[in-house]
Amino acid sequence: MTQAPPTATYFKYLNEGKFMIQRSPSTGEWVFYPRMVAPKSGASDLEWAEPSGLGTVYSTTVKRVKPPAPSVNISVVELDEGPRLMTHVQGVEPDAVTIGMRVRAKVVDGLDDQKIVVFEPEAGQ
Amino acid sequence: MSAMRSIRGKTAFVGAATFGCGEAPGYTSIELAAEAGRLAVEDAGLKLSDIDCLSICLPNDFLSGLTIAEYFGIKPKMTNNSRTGGSAFLTHAEWAALALDAGIIDAALICYGSNQRTGAGKLVSAQAPSPFEHPYRPNNPVASYALAAARHMHQYGTTPEQLASVAVAARQWANMNPEAFRHGPLSIEDCLATRLVADPLHVADCCLITDGGAAVVMTRADRARDLRKTPIPLLGAASATWHMEIAQLEDLTVSAAKESGERAFAQAGITPKDVDVTELYDAFTINTILFLEDLGFCPKGEGGRFVESGAIAPGGSLPVNTNGGGLSCVHPGMYSLYTLIEAIRQLRGEAGERQIEGAEIAVAHGNGGTLSSQATCILGTPATV
Repeated sequence: MTQAPPTATYFKYLNEGKFMIQRSPSTGEWVFYPRMVAPKSGASDLEWAEPSGLGTVYSTTVKRVKPPAPSVNISVVELDEGPRLMTHVQGVEPDAVTIGMRVRAKVVDGLDDQKIVVFEPEAGQ
Repeated sequence: MSAMRSIRGKTAFVGAATFGCGEAPGYTSIELAAEAGRLAVEDAGLKLSDIDCLSICLPNDFLSGLTIAEYFGIKPKMTNNSRTGGSAFLTHAEWAALALDAGIIDAALICYGSNQRTGAGKLVSAQAPSPFEHPYRPNNPVASYALAAARHMHQYGTTPEQLASVAVAARQWANMNPEAFRHGPLSIEDCLATRLVADPLHVADCCLITDGGAAVVMTRADRARDLRKTPIPLLGAASATWHMEIAQLEDLTVSAAKESGERAFAQAGITPKDVDVTELYDAFTINTILFLEDLGFCPKGEGGRFVESGAIAPGGSLPVNTNGGGLSCVHPGMYSLYTLIEAIRQLRGEAGERQIEGAEIAVAHGNGGTLSSQATCILGTPATV
């Protein structure tokens, strides 16, 4: 079955405040970024599903910006469901984000009149 | 794996030239590529009309394969304009070798030029912004390589000082190369005192932005023997592509150089221990460390300690980036053609003060995208065939 446009669908959900990604019922795999066909397996039965929103920082850097503009954290987060994505980890200083940190997804306003998913340290960290 | 016909020693590099390295004010990118091309054909002792395959990518002209044919007034049998990022020209060499060996073409010219320093004033990227990265505005390409460096540090204890030692070694080589854009002393402390761009990468961890043109000419080995210069046979060539965006690379500490290197070494019938000089695309200091590991010059995770030991610097056990690399010699955006040219110059014995005495086998390795595409060429002297 041919997918509804995956990129547009992802941002439509985000703009409704929901972080949704694709999953294949036949293979059980979760997919990010959204595609017409699952990478490697080639599964095309991709459905939209809500991941747990929990993940772990796989790597992290700080985009250093000329002051007074603030520096920005850029991280790759691995979702508990498996896929990784580029994102910001917010709620702590950009250089206080560490590899292995447990984080939780949050949908916020982005720079392009479009919502984005960012992450914050899980409570207690 | 299916049986593969060996291309080992079937073709050779017979011409090599650079033009306008550093700053070439007023020249357009195609003018830099064309002049380097003219000089490489002359270096080979051929005429422009002998060329029947043109390979090129320009930073700002996606159809530059057509432009260069028109510019030279050549009607090539093959035009290769394939883009794999900065690694493209080593892939062009691989394809040219296959087409030469198949008898489809007789003489291939591979060229590049960019005026990005004096023309654009910044790195010119051909990469379309990803809808899944762009909303976060990473300062790419640095941010993506910084993410790889941070992960390597986390897993293997690699340090900022070890990253800096790559830049220091490159400068020491550049100081022996009159063509290099940056000269002068550079210490670990100097590097670490430069501004952070994307942690842990400082300005000194990032390649130059320069102008420059470069070109090589390839023919079959039998014809190469009758040309002007000592032919430099291609012993092995292989490419690999694993991803585009850095978040999609499975292990940020292992690049597709592992695969391209293994296949190229197998073709050449040698191991990393046999290599006398190595030219790697050092867009960032972490690249040199990753590629030394992935190509098998040191174990995975040991790259930081390997470079810190002085192994890759002048006088070390494995001379790396003997022209000064993208970090201190030249970096007009898609650098990989310069890895081939320096390998050729070393094997011809033309490298002057920085010449590696008795160099018989050289590796040229290119990188494209954000560690995405990797291409490895292994070159030898005629005696190695």
